Amino acid sequence: MIPFLVTTGIAFVGYLILTAGSGTIGLWSPTELIMGIILAVVTGVLTRNFLCRSRDYRLLSPGRLLRLLVYVPGPFFIELTKANLDVAYRVITGRIRPGIIRVRSNLKTDLGIFMLANSITLTPGTLSVGIDEKTNDLFIHNINVGEGDEKKEYIESKDLFTLVNLPSWIRKIAERDREGEVS
Amino acid sequence: MDQWLIAVLILGCLMMLAAVRLILGPTGPDRVIAVDTVNTFTIAAMVILGVVYQEIIFVDVAIVYGLLSFVATLYVAKYIGGEL
Amino acid sequence: MAATLDIITSALLGIGVVFNALGVIGLLRFPDLYTRMHATTKATTFGSIFTSLAVIVYGLATFIGKSDTQYLTLAIHAFLAMGMLAFTNAVSAHALARAAHRSGQFPAQAVCDRLAEAKS
Repeated sequence: MIPFLVTTGIAFVGYLILTAGSGTIGLWSPTELIMGIILAVVTGVLTRNFLCRSRDYRLLSPGRLLRLLVYVPGPFFIELTKANLDVAYRVITGRIRPGIIRVRSNLKTDLGIFMLANSITLTPGTLSVGIDEKTNDLFIHNINVGEGDEKKEYIESKDLFTLVNLPSWIRKIAERDREGEVS
Repeated sequence: MDQWLIAVLILGCLMMLAAVRLILGPTGPDRVIAVDTVNTFTIAAMVILGVVYQEIIFVDVAIVYGLLSFVATLYVAKYIGGEL
Repeated sequence: MAATLDIITSALLGIGVVFNALGVIGLLRFPDLYTRMHATTKATTFGSIFTSLAVIVYGLATFIGKSDTQYLTLAIHAFLAMGMLAFTNAVSAHALARAAHRSGQFPAQAVCDRLAEAKS
């Protein structure tokens, strides 16, 4: 029942965003609202088993959503800008030192791993290539391996980022239920 | 209005440069990332064309085009990895 | 007002086009698949985010000036296209890198390859 409600809600919100500015009730016309409800219920009935497969509803809590909304345009965008200036420098000079390294993530949920892998792919000169299913370690192709890093067995995920500690943000969004308590 | 059309024109030239890698690319995955780059530029150009012609339908088409190319890339990746 | 809007959108479009061009140069110049993927995923995503931002700024400014809801819709849809682009580029780059490594392509000039060691 909960997956159905969540899927229907997300579909309805998506429909409202796509049809904003069509009429007079707020921003929407009555036809669009009724059609949106019907289509959202149909979508919920058909796909309720696909979206919430892990039965993990952490992201529904408003605090975590708010943190996610702060995370994407704030710390994440700063790192994105820095990574792009770095890539621009390497494209122009051609000074690269590539290698695949193992990064200890210390995350447990699928959502956390997913967010960390996406953040790593888009940010600091790194590209996630593979994952160790047992220990949740990520294998990362780094365009400029630091001196001595190729000899270490693994490196911590927070050492990849220089300006902002993105893994601790991801842990707050996706993992920890209370401050200090690891779920 | 001119800056929008100039940006679309430059994006078109960049698409042709990416197609050079599509022809040269020694292996399959190289060609796939070249196609992915062309798709990204197509989406960016379509969003800008929505302003040039003052038509929102261009942006809607860009969204659907992007999602379809995403699915296509995922399937090609599965094929290359030997999981299909 | 219109002149300021022109300057802002031209600057955003310029930044976006420059980063897109850097991505293509990296695609043509780098020696192997993984480094090329660095150039295309990061630079073209960043460049396309900026060209979409130009459209969003234009839509919002025109909506405030003329209060025609058509321009608000343009801004919202451009924002959706931007978010979708950033998300799908990251995921498809990960899928392609994993598939290429599984199919036996190893990074050239690499100083270390922990994934190949872990699999063997």
